Amino acid sequence: MKEENLYISPGPHIFSKESTPGLMKDVIIALVPAIFASIYFFKVKAFILLLVSIVSCVVFEAAIQFLMKRKIAISDCSAIVTGILFAMVMPPSLPIWVCILGCFVAIGLAKQLFGGLGFNIFNPALLARAFLAAAFPTFMTRWNHPLSLDAVTGATPLGLVKFSHNLDINYRDLFIGNVSGSLGETSALALVIGGLYLLIKKAIDWRIPLGYIGTVFIISFLTNLISPDIYAGGLFHILAGGLLIGAIFMATDPVTSPVTKTGRWVFGIGCGAVTMVIRLWSGLPEGVMYAILLMNALMPLLNRMTRPRRYGT
Amino acid sequence: MYNIDTMSKGTFNGGVFLSERKEYTVDKKTKAIPAPREIILPLSQHIGSPNEPLVKPGDNVKLGQRIGESKSPVSAPVHSPVSGRVKSIQDFSNPIYRKTPAVVIENDGNDESVELVKRENPEELSKQELIRIIRDAGVVGLGGATFPTHIKLNVPGKIDTLIINGAECEPYLTCDHRLMIEKTNEILNGIYLLARILEVSNIFLAIEDNKLSAIFAMEKAIRERIKKFSRSKGHMPVQIVVLKAKYPQGGENQLIKAILKKEVLPGKFPTDMGIVVQNVGTCFAIYQAAYEGKPLIERCVTFTGGCLKEPGNFIVRFGTLLKDAIEFCGGFRERPAKIIIGGPMMGIAQYSLDIPTVKGVTGVIFLSKRELKFFEESTCIRCARCVDVCPVNLVPTEIMRMVKYSRWHYLDKLHPGDCIECGACAYACASKVPLVQYIKLAKLKEAKKK
Ligand code: SF4
Ligand code: SF4
Repeated sequence: MKEENLYISPGPHIFSKESTPGLMKDVIIALVPAIFASIYFFKVKAFILLLVSIVSCVVFEAAIQFLMKRKIAISDCSAIVTGILFAMVMPPSLPIWVCILGCFVAIGLAKQLFGGLGFNIFNPALLARAFLAAAFPTFMTRWNHPLSLDAVTGATPLGLVKFSHNLDINYRDLFIGNVSGSLGETSALALVIGGLYLLIKKAIDWRIPLGYIGTVFIISFLTNLISPDIYAGGLFHILAGGLLIGAIFMATDPVTSPVTKTGRWVFGIGCGAVTMVIRLWSGLPEGVMYAILLMNALMPLLNRMTRPRRYGT
Repeated sequence: MYNIDTMSKGTFNGGVFLSERKEYTVDKKTKAIPAPREIILPLSQHIGSPNEPLVKPGDNVKLGQRIGESKSPVSAPVHSPVSGRVKSIQDFSNPIYRKTPAVVIENDGNDESVELVKRENPEELSKQELIRIIRDAGVVGLGGATFPTHIKLNVPGKIDTLIINGAECEPYLTCDHRLMIEKTNEILNGIYLLARILEVSNIFLAIEDNKLSAIFAMEKAIRERIKKFSRSKGHMPVQIVVLKAKYPQGGENQLIKAILKKEVLPGKFPTDMGIVVQNVGTCFAIYQAAYEGKPLIERCVTFTGGCLKEPGNFIVRFGTLLKDAIEFCGGFRERPAKIIIGGPMMGIAQYSLDIPTVKGVTGVIFLSKRELKFFEESTCIRCARCVDVCPVNLVPTEIMRMVKYSRWHYLDKLHPGDCIECGACAYACASKVPLVQYIKLAKLKEAKKK
């Protein structure tokens, strides 16, 4: 037998089926219920935002990789995930050009400038949202009523509770998603279905969502116990705003969360604590975005500080 | 009797579940492959000091004659597996240690043997006498490590626990499984000899829960033995431990963790904690050496993979080239694209079929192109799969990053030296990063620093 026909490589010689595109596709599948919910509640506005966002993210990714002479790796599907997640945290009435600009920030600044997939410290979709919130505050706080799109209201449920102390909460609407907010912030049901799918497929680590949501629940439950007239209860804080999409889809982004188990607990709990501090005592109604970005920044440190115990010691 | 489904099974932290692929050969009775016309016997087949030849070209040798030896203690002699004439001594490929000197023997086909000293009751011999017999027979760790067995039996500290490794956690391999079924009593005799030498009272036989027939066979033999001898003759009870089938359960430290819930300290060896681990194949070799006076000249090897017409378990004499052995098991159904000596996780890919079998060969896997999967490495996405599966609590992704970006000074705190190179991390990696190679580089760098 001719010897050059044999493949030589060091072990292992077999590999698990898991792959980066596979993981990304799982995230996309998990987002499908939320996508449908957003299109149901915000109709064509949601559809257009999603479409524009996905296409721009993929195009920017390919273009920047081409210009930076990197390997064009849009087939890893990570740009699609960023595109969907970015649209999910945008208000439905966002002008298209702002959306495209946001995608550029997400892919160009937050991801490729750091070195591309795997090297970014901050979640691209959230960093882009933070940029837009600072640059275009008016666009970013114009909320639509779901189903009847024309009415532009000034307040999300979180805003109502915080600024008008309107504690008259319709939990059913909150759960189904019949409230104003960003595309993906509304339907808790759709997000939870996606989250369960990701947990079953082991595409995300359960420690982060549990730590995150658990912390939010405990803090809001206690504050509500102390002064029920001012603070809403635990369930409200879980269902309202970006908490579920943040805890299930953003904080669990593998690239920007710690790799150690302890690190993930600390990360999740930290996200929860910061979110609640912002929600309850800052000038902003919502804190998910800043909480996750802040914990993203701490990720390298958490990795270093929570290394697993050395075997045998 | 065991109820395997409901009993609690020992295991270790981390690890991966692999598809077993043992069905190719698990029911195949071992068959002896006749010795080929020419034997190419590597002089050193163990870890330790290399052997010197005791014969020269033109010499006649008998089966079982010692033909290579080293004066240094950490070594094991090799013996001729056939009778015939030494043609030459030359460097030759070795499946595990690259090129080593090898003795080429022309087989005269008579199997004329040196006199083998049979012993009825070797357990009555003294401890040192038994160790000498094991050393003279060239017995090494047959799980693949090939560490000279007599060294492990002659440690200064007190040994109180003996673990017999029948885990066989690598996919495809079934040689240990078959041995436990076919040579049950012989293995048991070997175990009792080990227990006699080490004077231990705790003896565990560890088998994964996917080897039911082996568990039952060993269990039955142990019970009969207890009935026959009771404990009077120093027959300590051997306790079978059923372990979860998870890779790398067969690693020494993983066995100790699973059975005794103890962790071997960094840089220490099981013997430092009073524990000796021996493979079942080694126990059989010890039996042969002590009872039959037979040196280690052959072993059970699993030949498997989709390319073989008749995969199976074969008794192969050392020095048999793969191409000769293949002919005996019916040849190829399909041209192999990859040949692996050992298991698919830690085995070594071979360049050719002109490779002799040696003591450390547990199996040879012939994979066709269809069975190979080719992946392209992409950048690490910090998914932490590698961290979750590492059985020794390392953070492979960080070690990889430090090596890739030459941040050597960070390595100290990441302890790459603890890695057992099991490959579980690279197997599980979502981005198919060759983590083991990066960690090996880190180890080299660490070693240089010292
Ligand atoms: S780092 Fe070493 S010990 Fe840990 S999984 Fe990888 S190869 Fe195995
Ligand atoms: S398994 Fe691979 S991709 Fe995941 S963290 Fe480890 S090295 Fe990175």
